[in-house]
Amino acid sequence: MTQVYKSKSLATLSSNKAVAKAVGQLDVDVIAAYPITPQTTIVEELAQMVANGEVKAQYIHVESEHSALSAVVGASIAGARTFTATSSQGLELMHEILHITSGLRLPVVMAVPTRALSAPISIWNDHSDIMNARDTGWIIYFVSSAQEAYDTVIQAYRLAEDREVLLPTIVSYDGFLMSHTYEPVVIESSEDVIEFSPKTWKGYIEEGAVAIGTLASPDYYYEFKYQQVEAMKNALRKAEIIDRDFYKKFGRKNGLVETYRTEDSEIDLLVTGSIWSSLKLAIDKARSNGLRIGGLRLRLYRPLPIDEIEKILAGKEVLVVIDKAISYGLRVAGPLANEIYTNLQSPVKIKSVVAGIGQRTITNEDLYKVILHVYKNKDSPGFTKHTLFYGVRGVELDS
Amino acid sequence: MTVNIRIPRTVWDLPREDYFVGGHNLCAGCTAGTIVRNLLKVAGPNTIVVNATGCLEVSTSLFPFTSWKVPWIHIAFENAAAVASGVEAAIKVLKEKGKIDPNKKINIIAIGGDGGTFDIGLQALSGMLERGHNVLYVVYDNEAYMNTGIQRSGATPYKAWTTTTPVGTIMRGEWRDKKDIIGIALAHKVPYIATANPAFLLDMDKKFAKALQIDGPSLIHVLMACTTGWRFDPKLGIKISKLAVETAVWVNLEYNYGKLEVTTPVPKRKHVREYLKLQGRYSHLTEEEINDIQERINRKVEEINRAVGKEVIGPLA
Repeated sequence: MTQVYKSKSLATLSSNKAVAKAVGQLDVDVIAAYPITPQTTIVEELAQMVANGEVKAQYIHVESEHSALSAVVGASIAGARTFTATSSQGLELMHEILHITSGLRLPVVMAVPTRALSAPISIWNDHSDIMNARDTGWIIYFVSSAQEAYDTVIQAYRLAEDREVLLPTIVSYDGFLMSHTYEPVVIESSEDVIEFSPKTWKGYIEEGAVAIGTLASPDYYYEFKYQQVEAMKNALRKAEIIDRDFYKKFGRKNGLVETYRTEDSEIDLLVTGSIWSSLKLAIDKARSNGLRIGGLRLRLYRPLPIDEIEKILAGKEVLVVIDKAISYGLRVAGPLANEIYTNLQSPVKIKSVVAGIGQRTITNEDLYKVILHVYKNKDSPGFTKHTLFYGVRGVELDS
Repeated sequence: MTVNIRIPRTVWDLPREDYFVGGHNLCAGCTAGTIVRNLLKVAGPNTIVVNATGCLEVSTSLFPFTSWKVPWIHIAFENAAAVASGVEAAIKVLKEKGKIDPNKKINIIAIGGDGGTFDIGLQALSGMLERGHNVLYVVYDNEAYMNTGIQRSGATPYKAWTTTTPVGTIMRGEWRDKKDIIGIALAHKVPYIATANPAFLLDMDKKFAKALQIDGPSLIHVLMACTTGWRFDPKLGIKISKLAVETAVWVNLEYNYGKLEVTTPVPKRKHVREYLKLQGRYSHLTEEEINDIQERINRKVEEINRAVGKEVIGPLA
């Protein structure tokens, strides 16, 4: 196995390995990570690259995820290009430092194959972990294929290190469903990759006094935080530009929001991650039965490209938002559904569906059932009032 | 690696330049400032400091001011050692890649209080020591969570009053012994471990210099008399620090590659009463309790003399 790709080539990779490939091509300086399923194969792969001398990085074998992020924060301040990865409980353990990384405006990049949270303990996929990170000030991508994982890591460094952005960035995707399944992936030449995302980050250490992580009184704190609001706005603009440039250079356009058959749809379903391919099959089946159904997939979750979503949904009747996470105690319990509901300035009716919790299987047939259910009940009073918990024992569809 | 840290033989060997300067908000009489001022005099300008959350951090970094004339980083409470590990790794690789002059010696120093080191930061410290990062970790130990208002930590000594080990009708302050942080560091087999005390300034400064000369992790545990938490007159900080050694409550020692040396021998010890009576945190003690503490010290002194192989700490005067 050799790391330097002289020209474009094709490989069969899991999303974890695709991420590791990209990181290996981006001349990362410091990697710190702690083992956790399903993330581990990323950092195993990177450790091998470092052991082979293919990647010239310091690999810190930290004793926890909290220290993993702390170490890359220290390294980033000192001017290193950094990488870490985690899942589930590990992301929760990092939580304190997630806020500090963004508050200090450090372009750390992290991969998160998503996984359910304990208790009961589950190593399988859902989005509970990444949803808990949504207000930490990180840019969050949610990709849906190994190719996109590879492409997005390359884009993530350029976005994170942009002077008008300087925000840490997560590239997340479905644990197991993607982290451990293999797909064909186009690998670009290492030269092209580093040319697309050259290292621009120099760190904060200078000669003499430079104080990082100071105490801010009520007279100053708010402005620091507001600058993060502005940085997120810049990130949205820059993410679009970077995606366009990526298309020009490599010929693959991922977009921030992907659509499927939405041109004349009445009912649309919004998803993130690997469920997208199953949804497209379900939409095709619904279409062949005369139902005007379309689909949307979010690739960028923070900042939320709400204007683009709004444009796509103009004139539509119903939007079904499928969440793989639960916001407990709410009538509308899907976290993404809540965000779309509150941010969307359009009269489209929103139906929240929770599915795939702890990797409860959800196939294209299941999604087709959801489509039929929504189609039949969309006009009944109170239909959008509650979340549909699809696939849990004891809750049956009334159609 | 080129080493440009000199071991001072007299205080006149210390530079006039300060890299930790006044204008901070530490309490009047706080000895943390004394410790850090000396640490940076020894370390010099090519130094990066990583500071755990605590008194020292909040008192010296109120934006837009700083007391630090070297790069200074504060991230959180429990992770100074992990952050310092990251800084060290970055400097190493950036030197290898030619981004930083490979001949430039850069000192990386992590500083934490007893709470940030003995308790919440112990895991990160263990990782840093075990992985062998070239970092000097200095713990300034004021024997309780002073920043939040004198709560008990794993470093709080036997019988001391704190706000969470108060003196009540049933309980009489802290009832457990101080955690042995030096023993923990020793178990990591790191090249240099020492205890120090600002009342023995040159001894402390020499230890800082030795630790910075070593290529590898080191830990220096410094006693930091706290006027606010120990309840003493602000002018008595250094006197009490000195009494700590004279009574053998505190022993200035070092382990150089595992070899123990007591750097401040005490031929005749004072009774612990001399140390305790100046501090409000011990004002509840009965004669019986003071004798109990004295007996514990006597046993500790025997252990140290046995370990050194001769009587470095003498009998009670």
